[in-house]
Amino acid sequence: MKVVVDMNKCQDHGQCVFAAPDVFSLDDAGHLAYVSDPDDALRDEVEEAADVCPLQAIRIEA
Amino acid sequence: MNARIVVAGASMAGLRAAEQLRAAGWSGAITLVGDEPHLPYNRPPLSKEVLAGKAPFESLAFRPRASVSDVEWRLGRTVVAAGLDERTVRLDDGTELSYDGLVVATGMRPRRLNCPGPKAGRHTVRTLDDAQGLREALTRPGARVVVVGAGFIGCEVAATAVGLGVAEVTVVDPLPLPMAGPLGELLGRALLKRHEERGVRFALGAGVAGFTGGDRVTGVVLSDGSVLPADVVVESVGSVANTEWLEGNGLDLTDGVLTDACLRAGGRPDVVAVGDVARFPNARYDGVPRRVEHWCIPTDTAKHAAKTLVADAAPGPFAPLPSFWSDQHDFRLQSFGAPVLGRQDVRVLDGDPEGDVLVGYHHDDRLVGVVALGGQAVAASAARYRAELLKQPALTMTV
Ligand SMILES: Cc1cc2nc3c(=O)[nH]c(=O)nc-3n(C[C@H](O)[C@H](O)[C@H](O)COP(=O)(O)OP(=O)(O)OC[C@H]3O[C@@H](n4cnc5c(N)ncnc54)[C@H](O)[C@@H]3O)c2cc1C
Ligand code: SF4
Repeated sequence: MKVVVDMNKCQDHGQCVFAAPDVFSLDDAGHLAYVSDPDDALRDEVEEAADVCPLQAIRIEA
Repeated sequence: MNARIVVAGASMAGLRAAEQLRAAGWSGAITLVGDEPHLPYNRPPLSKEVLAGKAPFESLAFRPRASVSDVEWRLGRTVVAAGLDERTVRLDDGTELSYDGLVVATGMRPRRLNCPGPKAGRHTVRTLDDAQGLREALTRPGARVVVVGAGFIGCEVAATAVGLGVAEVTVVDPLPLPMAGPLGELLGRALLKRHEERGVRFALGAGVAGFTGGDRVTGVVLSDGSVLPADVVVESVGSVANTEWLEGNGLDLTDGVLTDACLRAGGRPDVVAVGDVARFPNARYDGVPRRVEHWCIPTDTAKHAAKTLVADAAPGPFAPLPSFWSDQHDFRLQSFGAPVLGRQDVRVLDGDPEGDVLVGYHHDDRLVGVVALGGQAVAASAARYRAELLKQPALTMTV
């Protein structure tokens, strides 16, 4: 699956990290890093991450 | 016959409920009824980015999951009554909808000040239309703004107004410190100082007695008789639950809809409440039912309530960890847990209140909440305490 985070929207809330730690992480400065092509087995997690992003910055494409 | 679940209220909690009903296996019909003309949209930016003009109104729309592409939306329609014994709701156009399951997701509306004086020029911020109107008023040259209520939304609006270049922004509140009700004195003082340094004025310890002006507001009369000149008044004095339509069904509607731990209302297996309007016991704390007006709650409650409605067995215990954020000026507040339950024992965990600070709230020596105030790094460090809060055993206490 393909994940896109709109980095213009993202404000590093990190809620996505709690929902899908295998896909999203915050670096030491507190900024978001993520895997853009996670395994399909992680779809539930990623959908949950998209739900809980306060800025609604996460898009799942296919 | 086609089975149907009706969701009353088509905002965040309503949408999440529909999505979670599908995730829980409901394949019958879903009808969402909402009195706003818009599809569900995200409210927090209404007092922040969108009010500031940094994000367009269109950017607020939620992106519904594909699983709800077949649900029926009845927008611009109000649910005016419910017959829970008959399993029907009535809409303002006279339509009756029968249901097999009912999700109550009608949320809150702003409480209004009941004082003498003109109405024009007085704003609240709950809906897109509210925010659009307020933005227009704030961007008129020379606007003088009085915000009534020094809670989160009031302080966010004050910060946004200053950021828009409004020269005169005053926040009025009968309490001596902003946001101290939920956050306690230590952060209340730190927040007051930060707001003042960035140009917000405060009239604290004062209530509002009325408004001056003929057709439109020209000033706010305080309880001590003084008058603050104002063309724009923002009332952010709390909210009222939208539950009138449920009256007459024997539910406890004292403050929102009282539910059990499965989020069922009135012990009915076919009626659940979600989002801001639900007053539910949290097994993580003392089991006292409370409403929680945080953005995370619609999603948490929807997940649990959907299982209650769709599955035969009761879902597991409901123990969401509340979290909350607020952006004001150039700083963020990030909260995890329930600081309000630990206001008596507040400790600085890291940093100091003059700069970036991480504060812990304790009850019986146990950490029940953390709040970070400052930049991104300290907000991220609050997140590191989240795991610790999650590990804590249930709290037994009386508040
Ligand atoms: C300006 C603002 C800023 C916020 N900022 C933050 C923040 O920074 N952080 C945070 O954690 N939380 C924040 N929140 C809180 C968060 O947005 C709410 O918790 C969330 O919106 C609750 O969603 P809900 O769907 O339960 O209720 P609502 O969003 O209130 O939705 C209820 C819907 O039901 C409709 N309705 C009501 N009665 C009827 C009826 N009889 N028939 C049909 N429809 C009806 C309403 O019009 C509304 O559309 C903020 C809220 C506001 C207003
Ligand atoms: S939750 Fe949203 S805003 Fe926060 S870090 Fe993840 S993508 Fe960014």
